[in-house]
Amino acid sequence: MIPLLQVTGLSKRYGAHVGCADVAFDLWPGEVMGIVGESGSGKSTLLNCLAGHLAPDAGQVIFDTREQGPRDTRAMTEAERRWLARTDWAYVHQNPRDGLRMGVSAGGNVGERLMAVGARHYGDIRGQAQDWLSRVEIDTGRMDDRPGTFSGGMQQRVQIARNLVTGPRLVFMDEPTGGLDVSVQARLLDLLRGLVRRLGLSVVIVTHDLAVVRLLADRLMVMKDGHVVEEGLTDQVLDDPQHGYTQLLVSSVLHV
Amino acid sequence: MTDQAYNFAYLDEATKRMLRRALLKAVAIPGYQVPFSSREMPMPYGWGTGGVQVTAACLVPEDTLKVIDQGADDTTNAVSIRSFFEKVAGVATTEATAEASVIQTRHRIPETPLHAGQILVFQVPIPEPLRFLEPRETETRVMHALEDYGLMQVRLYEDIARHGEIARAYAYPVKVEGRYVMDPSPIPKFDNPKLNMSPALQLFGAGRECRIYALPPFTRVESLDFEDYPFTPSKAAGQDCAICGASGSYLDEVITDDAGGRMFVCSDTDYCATRVQEASA
Repeated sequence: MIPLLQVTGLSKRYGAHVGCADVAFDLWPGEVMGIVGESGSGKSTLLNCLAGHLAPDAGQVIFDTREQGPRDTRAMTEAERRWLARTDWAYVHQNPRDGLRMGVSAGGNVGERLMAVGARHYGDIRGQAQDWLSRVEIDTGRMDDRPGTFSGGMQQRVQIARNLVTGPRLVFMDEPTGGLDVSVQARLLDLLRGLVRRLGLSVVIVTHDLAVVRLLADRLMVMKDGHVVEEGLTDQVLDDPQHGYTQLLVSSVLHV
Repeated sequence: MTDQAYNFAYLDEATKRMLRRALLKAVAIPGYQVPFSSREMPMPYGWGTGGVQVTAACLVPEDTLKVIDQGADDTTNAVSIRSFFEKVAGVATTEATAEASVIQTRHRIPETPLHAGQILVFQVPIPEPLRFLEPRETETRVMHALEDYGLMQVRLYEDIARHGEIARAYAYPVKVEGRYVMDPSPIPKFDNPKLNMSPALQLFGAGRECRIYALPPFTRVESLDFEDYPFTPSKAAGQDCAICGASGSYLDEVITDDAGGRMFVCSDTDYCATRVQEASA
């Protein structure tokens, strides 16, 4: 078996400022990798470099494609990258407004990826959109409503349905539970955990919320000032943090 | 100033050459929007400045010009553009579709089938079919380049979800030779089948937007649709023209009084008049 995603020496600078430096890891099929760190630690820069939204200055991001095996996504053409982005990859934004088309109904939002890869049968597209909306616990009676009429938690679930409808193998998540209240967060996490396990998805999830990675992630990377300071199994890192910064992070969590 | 003070067909030769280069590129890449440096014309934007520039670049002194506006030869826009070219180019003009070598049109394709050698020039207000779906012009260009047209289909999906059918009745998007998605200008979708495999050269000029695109003769043009909701070129249902009795032509609804009186007549005035003449002869 080979890793789904191999990252080596990934660096991104913004002028003199370091975005992320020399990041390397392997992501195996079905594995959930969490990336934690405080604001400005380079988590989102790293995720954007991985997903091809930003061009890294150095390093490789090698993805195991279905047809051609492992390929460096940086060497791909824009057309190939976009094709990956709407078939095998998915990207869940922190703010659902960034990942959804607010002027298009929920059903249309979910159907867009299907149509972008060539589906041209209205009945089939609608059927699949309906199926996915019910899987993320959205009342299918509301599938023709625009996302603007939905609550924040519902919007986030529509965004997840929209991303998973083409059966991606790799999902990037940027703070998927950010900006939601705790009870909604809990339900969303429950849903995510179920989907990830049932579909055997590989996930790279970026968050500052340690509870989220405790629930979802198999492995954990801790970032500070653009560098990975500690990495290991989630429980190991959280229960026995070695690096001073990780210890600070773990001890900063509020307990009720 | 005398009319001779103008160069033939109003524009100077360098401008016409620039336009012809854009036109050649447009013909070489059917459906692709070619940028050109649109000139100020002696008429406001939205009155056909793009079409007028394309016509000016195509005209030669031997040409016979026909200008129509919504199918009619006698409306303000058509009359003023026709007299403009009579004045600055001195070309012959006609109202008969079959006799014209260049036809400038706004929002219609003539009912009389076009023949080889004719040029049909469309006035285009918005050349970008993705305009109201994707606000960034840089992004729509990338989408055209990468053939990323899922979004266009989403618009049709939304129509069916909301109205039970594809409700778009004009400027209905088409795919050219299986490659570029193109806005056929605001012609009724009834006219879309006439774009396909037309023996005439079809040129599209958008003056304000500085874009030219083209369909060379015998180009495959398909209207976008779904397998289970196929494209239908619709018109006023169950009506014939009240003047000439034609059943297969595109009709205008004319309100005749304020008591709900109305009639349906051919929008193509030349087609209608010719039929009436033939019937009385």
